[in-house]
Amino acid sequence: MQSFIAALLNSLDIALLLFVIAVGLNIIFGVLNVINFAHGALYMLGAYFAYTAMGLLGLSFWVALVVAPLLVAVVAIAIERLMLRMVYDRHITDSLLLTFALLLIIDESVRMIWGPSIQVVDPPALLTGTFSVFGVNYPVYGLFVIAVGIAMMLGLWLLFTRTRLGRIVRAAALDREMAQTLGINVPMVITGVFAFGAWIAAVGGVVAAPMRAIGPAMGEKIIIESFIVVVIGGLGSFPGTLLGALVLGFIHGFGGRFLPEINLVLPYIGMALVLLIKPQGLMGKGASA
Amino acid sequence: MTTRLMIFGVLGLVLAALFLLPYGVSYFYIFVATEILIMGLFAASFNLVFGYTGMLSFGHAAFFGMGSYTTAMLLLHLQVPLVWTLLAAMFTSMLLAAVIGFFCVRLNEVYFAMLTLAFGMMVFAVAHQWRSVTNGSDGITGFPLTEFGLGLDLQLANPLVYYYVVLVVVVLAAALLYLVTRSPFGLILKAISENPERVSFCGLNERRFRLIAFIVAGLFAGLAGGLFAPFNRVASPDMIHWSHSAEAVLMTILGGSAYFLGPFFGAMVFVLLETWITSYTDHWMLFLGIILALMVMFFRRGILGTVLDRVLRR
Repeated sequence: MQSFIAALLNSLDIALLLFVIAVGLNIIFGVLNVINFAHGALYMLGAYFAYTAMGLLGLSFWVALVVAPLLVAVVAIAIERLMLRMVYDRHITDSLLLTFALLLIIDESVRMIWGPSIQVVDPPALLTGTFSVFGVNYPVYGLFVIAVGIAMMLGLWLLFTRTRLGRIVRAAALDREMAQTLGINVPMVITGVFAFGAWIAAVGGVVAAPMRAIGPAMGEKIIIESFIVVVIGGLGSFPGTLLGALVLGFIHGFGGRFLPEINLVLPYIGMALVLLIKPQGLMGKGASA
Repeated sequence: MTTRLMIFGVLGLVLAALFLLPYGVSYFYIFVATEILIMGLFAASFNLVFGYTGMLSFGHAAFFGMGSYTTAMLLLHLQVPLVWTLLAAMFTSMLLAAVIGFFCVRLNEVYFAMLTLAFGMMVFAVAHQWRSVTNGSDGITGFPLTEFGLGLDLQLANPLVYYYVVLVVVVLAAALLYLVTRSPFGLILKAISENPERVSFCGLNERRFRLIAFIVAGLFAGLAGGLFAPFNRVASPDMIHWSHSAEAVLMTILGGSAYFLGPFFGAMVFVLLETWITSYTDHWMLFLGIILALMVMFFRRGILGTVLDRVLRR
């Protein structure tokens, strides 16, 4: 029972972090029609910016949580203006390749600037220690990750369904030309959405930093996980992203505890099973060719 | 007609140059040339899926790795002649490609790219974690290089001999692959990359053709991997890692995916650049990223493609 509860909590914090990363990927895809291969690299950049802000500049975790993602958003604006803009009218593989090139550039730059070794970020004093539920000791930080995930989920849902800004973005996603005719500044919306997606990824990165060690491979790991989430849940589907993240979170949380020999392969088996039943993902619509 | 003659002439010159190469360059560049040939075959096999059929795969290294491991294990445990290990490598990679392809070809290009990446990493995870069979991250080493087989008395351990073995195998494989692209089957693949719906409307099972293309590509990637293990003297999980798949992508983009020889040319540029740049700096991947970004943004047809377009259209 105790290990079950521990696995459950563990699954949830993994799932909600994955949700935060994958939802940014999905929003960018929805509006720009670009699968951002460099999304994981932006997540990593968030973590490294926070690491520098806290270590070198001595800022607190909370300030880093605000500053680092904003810096990543600025980087994203430059990327969108200088690079992505050139390939929107082309076949979708071109944007895949371009963001992939970006991933190589960011990954290697990180290796150059911060070195190949693993860095550690300490959680703020408020979030250290453990608490106990049903006799299970669990780190408070895990609870914080879950809270951030839920806050992000509610915030995004409100933003896209209840605000004018959300409606504008959805209009631009649905039909660029029509939105342009209606007086919406579509290029600006596109830049904004890309920056916003990068901001979300970077928030995920900062939040993940004290929980997982920071290293140059962290972006690669999370992008593959996000792809699995998106494949399981369905590309372009908000609830699908949540469901996919939960499924993968549970695979990790329970698989890691109860089937350690094959836990690395389990996510892929889960993904293959979903594909056999519903190739377009559990909540995807018309995604198959 | 004159362009065709010209192409044959250039090809003949290239083959002659490759044959005579060891007489003109240092030992080091024989190694480099061997690597270029093997990676060229790997990239060309990837291009059957990418350039010809229009599917961007990020998991192609899985088949290369499968071929490497097959060769390495057969040499280690059974000491069979190389010819048979290469055939076995092609066979096992083909099977793996059939299984992975079965899942991947159901989906369109974006999903396809993500899925191939994920499945490739699954194979990587298996090679990494299944220590008792694959020896984990150390990979399989220490296998003997015995004989080539077919009654040929070849000292495979001699890099010069191995270069010629690779040259002959790669040229034969490339010719075969070229015939595939020129066959009616290859034309259907081309049609699928142009317009999949129209191919379906013509009553052809588009998905089946994509699967066969995926399997054939996997088979040739396996052959390339099978040649690579004896060359590198190790079969390791690195060969399966997605960054290795990415190398095939980069070589193809660099050379140009629209021409059959584009990936070979790209492999040459790639390996030479890698050799020279890594002698100055460790941050080769940074250059790679910048080159790829520039190629995609400004020279989408690749180096060979851009040059040939100029020459052939005058």
